Amino acid sequence: MLIMFNAFWVLLKRDLLLALRRRSEVFTVLFFFLIVISLFPLGVGSEDATLKKIAPGVVWIAALLASTLALDRLFANDYVDGALEQLTLAPQSLPIMVFAKMIAHWLLTGLPLVLISPLVGLFYHLPTSTIGVMMLVLLLGTPVLSMIGAIAAALTLGLRGGGVLVSLLVLPLYIPVLVYGSGAISTSMVVGLSIQPYLLLLSAFMLLALIFSPWATASALKISLE
Amino acid sequence: MILEVKNLQCIRGDRELFTDLSFQLEANQLMILEGQNGSGKTTLLRSLCGLYLQDEGDILWDGVPIQKQDENYHRDLLYLGHLNGIKADLTVIENLRINAALAGNTPSLDVLMGALDTIGLYAFEDFPTSQLSQGQKRRVALARLLISKAKLWILDEPFVALDVAAVELLQTIIANHVDNGGMVVLTTHQEVPLTSGKIKRLSLNEKPLDDGEC
Repeated sequence: MLIMFNAFWVLLKRDLLLALRRRSEVFTVLFFFLIVISLFPLGVGSEDATLKKIAPGVVWIAALLASTLALDRLFANDYVDGALEQLTLAPQSLPIMVFAKMIAHWLLTGLPLVLISPLVGLFYHLPTSTIGVMMLVLLLGTPVLSMIGAIAAALTLGLRGGGVLVSLLVLPLYIPVLVYGSGAISTSMVVGLSIQPYLLLLSAFMLLALIFSPWATASALKISLE
Repeated sequence: MILEVKNLQCIRGDRELFTDLSFQLEANQLMILEGQNGSGKTTLLRSLCGLYLQDEGDILWDGVPIQKQDENYHRDLLYLGHLNGIKADLTVIENLRINAALAGNTPSLDVLMGALDTIGLYAFEDFPTSQLSQGQKRRVALARLLISKAKLWILDEPFVALDVAAVELLQTIIANHVDNGGMVVLTTHQEVPLTSGKIKRLSLNEKPLDDGEC
């Protein structure tokens, strides 16, 4: 048990260290998110009411696209240099190892989006309370994106043109998060409506993904490595 | 500890790589796998690790099929394939320490440095592996052999990219492991002299190559 926990930490720290050595990969995702978001006011117009109306959807769609952009790197590097093969042969349960990689991936690609989202709120003239809600739902929703995405990334590992295939596989699966995530932000701008149901549903998605995705991803990796 | 392979069959696409393959490997034994390119050596080694699922037959470790005892088997197993499994962005010592930790060992710094010294990477410990030559990268991967506590080593073409001195060194490392009650399965075109223990040979060249051509 202790060894397993140790290996979990070692892998998590390794992935963070690798990202630290190659910071550009983290920043590309973040800038992609910001650029997509700043394109919308240019195309749609910058009236206050319009911006407030589209903001929830825009934030979430940008987050979905940014997270799919980051997905093919989740296992691809380890696959190419053989580290993944060694990982599956390590004397630890593979789902636990996969979970460590998912957490590292979220810390590097999901969490930065959460932290930068107040800036988006300013772009779109959102009230402060709504910015708070936006950060909260992104905090609940982005881990789900990483975890569902990991399954698709594992399935398409080593395929030619896998990057596009990942987007096709994974974007439809992101729909529930998109619907309830942006729903929560829109609702928070209406006086008198509660956002609690949205938060509960998003939390439920997260728990569900937490339980199933490490196992599904581990099985998919084994298939991809054959 | 005993590795048993019973009536193993592997089919890739519609080509039968090998069929009805059986052998046993015990402590103090080295098995050299022979066969021309494409005869299924790597596939057999990957099947022995459980990376590739065989179509028929059983692979037993200590009498239990390896698919039923993933973690226990992995604790006794060290696999070195064509890929080195080292990260280019990490230094030599970081690679070694992390690989050991993932394999369930926590060697001290002295042990790690000793292993690097033996493998001929003394003073390279803080180099990023991306700056090393092909042969040196292979040496980083091979340094795992010196740290590992695994009983069974499965090595796929371990001598590739190594210079004469490193080949000799690796031959000694393998011979020592066999001496100390270990087992080794490897594919190579190099001879491995043993001081004690037994060499088994297995050839996958049973069928002539032009057999299945159409």
